[in-house]
Amino acid sequence: MSAPILEIENLSVRYRTPKGPAFAVDSIGFNLMPRERFGLVGESGSGKSTTVLALMRMIRPPGEIAAQHMRLDGRDILALSAEELRRTRFARMSLVPQGAMSSLNPVLTIGAQFADLFAAHAQKSDTTRIAKLLARVGLPAQVANRFPHELSGGMKQRVCIALAIALTPAVILADEPTSALDVVVQKQVLATLGRVQQEIGAAIILIGHDMALMAHFVDRIGVMYAGRLVETGPVRSVFAAPKHPYTKMLIGALPSLTARRAFQGIPGVPPSLTDRPPGCPFQTRCPAAQERCRIEAPALRAIGAAHETACHFAEAA
Amino acid sequence: MYLDYVIRRFSITLLVFVLAVSINFALPRLTPGDPVEQQLNQLISTSSGSIGDVKAIVESYRARFGLDQPVWRQYLDYWGMVLRLDLGFSLANYPERVGESIAAAMPWTLGLLGMATLLSFAVGTLMGGMLAWPRVPRWIGWFAAPFLVLSAIPYFLIGVVLLFVGAIVYRIFPAGGGFPFDMTPGFDAATILGIAWHATLPALSIILAQIGAWAIGMRGMIVSVLGEDYIMLAEAKGLSQRRIFLWYAVRNALLPQLTKLALTLGHLVSGAILVEVIFSYPGMGYRLYQAIQSKDFFVIQGIVLILSMSIALTMFILDLIYPLIDPRITNKRS
Repeated sequence: MSAPILEIENLSVRYRTPKGPAFAVDSIGFNLMPRERFGLVGESGSGKSTTVLALMRMIRPPGEIAAQHMRLDGRDILALSAEELRRTRFARMSLVPQGAMSSLNPVLTIGAQFADLFAAHAQKSDTTRIAKLLARVGLPAQVANRFPHELSGGMKQRVCIALAIALTPAVILADEPTSALDVVVQKQVLATLGRVQQEIGAAIILIGHDMALMAHFVDRIGVMYAGRLVETGPVRSVFAAPKHPYTKMLIGALPSLTARRAFQGIPGVPPSLTDRPPGCPFQTRCPAAQERCRIEAPALRAIGAAHETACHFAEAA
Repeated sequence: MYLDYVIRRFSITLLVFVLAVSINFALPRLTPGDPVEQQLNQLISTSSGSIGDVKAIVESYRARFGLDQPVWRQYLDYWGMVLRLDLGFSLANYPERVGESIAAAMPWTLGLLGMATLLSFAVGTLMGGMLAWPRVPRWIGWFAAPFLVLSAIPYFLIGVVLLFVGAIVYRIFPAGGGFPFDMTPGFDAATILGIAWHATLPALSIILAQIGAWAIGMRGMIVSVLGEDYIMLAEAKGLSQRRIFLWYAVRNALLPQLTKLALTLGHLVSGAILVEVIFSYPGMGYRLYQAIQSKDFFVIQGIVLILSMSIALTMFILDLIYPLIDPRITNKRS
């Protein structure tokens, strides 16, 4: 078994606010193997995007990143100098942004936005190289001469994917790459992302809140709730036998083609990030909450083969 | 497609021109007071009451300036003159031609105000951009408060203070005029230095008054651009701070600033009348001020016409170059 490409231990992101620190991400840890597809799911505000931004070290003040370590290729990202960090970005770890519609500079042509990426990493840029990259994501070479407003949303997202693979990084972070697209284009773009990811042999962290889309794409899944990772495991095992009550309810909320029943949600709202109750962050909404949950915060612990969960009563399920 | 766009913009400019000429014709005639009477009053007061047949003089004045014609006739004549670039005679300084008067004043205004405006735009915009940028040297931030204060002080107030301090208390700079009295202007270093020396205080008052507004406007624009996804992606791409600042942030934040610049340049002449008056600078503003005081119809009309034309023209030029600056513009069909 090879070494993980990305090792994250105890990563926290907190924002200083007048009401005290707000933990957007709270001591999460996971590893990513080369070529692995890892999915992060959770509701809005659960810390998925913040985790990805923290990995790129792009949290802006008043946000702060703290981690025991956050190693990419065995080097701690947090220890890199500003210049080393700049050269690492996109070369070793790239990002497919959430808002593809607005992630390209409106006043530069697509070609120019490839060219400045190459220039920033001291690489030669020529039209054939850009044309090849565009072809890989299914776009004609003329797109290089176009401005972003002349492209459709799906095309823009493909351009973003082409940018993300341009320097053949080892890790691609895809932050809800399809959330701004319609359902048909979503599938096509995701298929393209998966294909090029395999071609360049990169690992990928895919963020999303669409459990079904996720289930089709990733090997392993992590469920986040209120800034914590509450369950991780192989996607089949998590879907077949979810251990955390939150995961169970998420999967239970998926509409089913076979069984016709009332649509289920998860009642309640997540706890405030500044004023967190002691104990388990999910206790206020958990149907199985016990006295212990209000006192002691459960740690992420192994429950099966590569399956971990942060619930005191995981075995009871 | 670009030609379509040019034609469309040009016809709008033409329309503005027609309206400007018409309003310009009507406006002075709607104001109370008669320029001929005004002149005669002046004449009477200077020649101790005995100027002969007043009625005949009035008649001849009216005939000479075409004021005895019906209004529609005057209007058509005015168009004829405008199209022949003939702006008539100055009523106050007859037989000086309005065209000559404007031609003499124009370079002073364009030089002083054009330079001052471009300079304050360039420096103010860049400084304002840096004020909003997260990774700049600390000392840049010290400018924020002075800029805010300066933007709130009108330029003529700054002008008066500068005049008092720089020309009266310390006598470093001249108190007025465009160049030294004892100098015959020519194309030599002495002339240029003399002109620059005289222009320093008026230019400084305009720069100081404008720079804050440019900086604050740009700071606001950059702050909103900073939240854009393309800035985030540029940073993620590992671009240098310089590249992100200039080509992703400033480049996009500049668009409204450029519109403002074009408008300011169009308003150059009228925008700083008081500065020219304070420093008795021989520009268009000072000339306009004199003309208004002596109800010099044709000079007022001439200057106001040039002014409205220059605004229409700068807007037209701006419309032409806007698609080059912002590629999204041409495709927008109105």
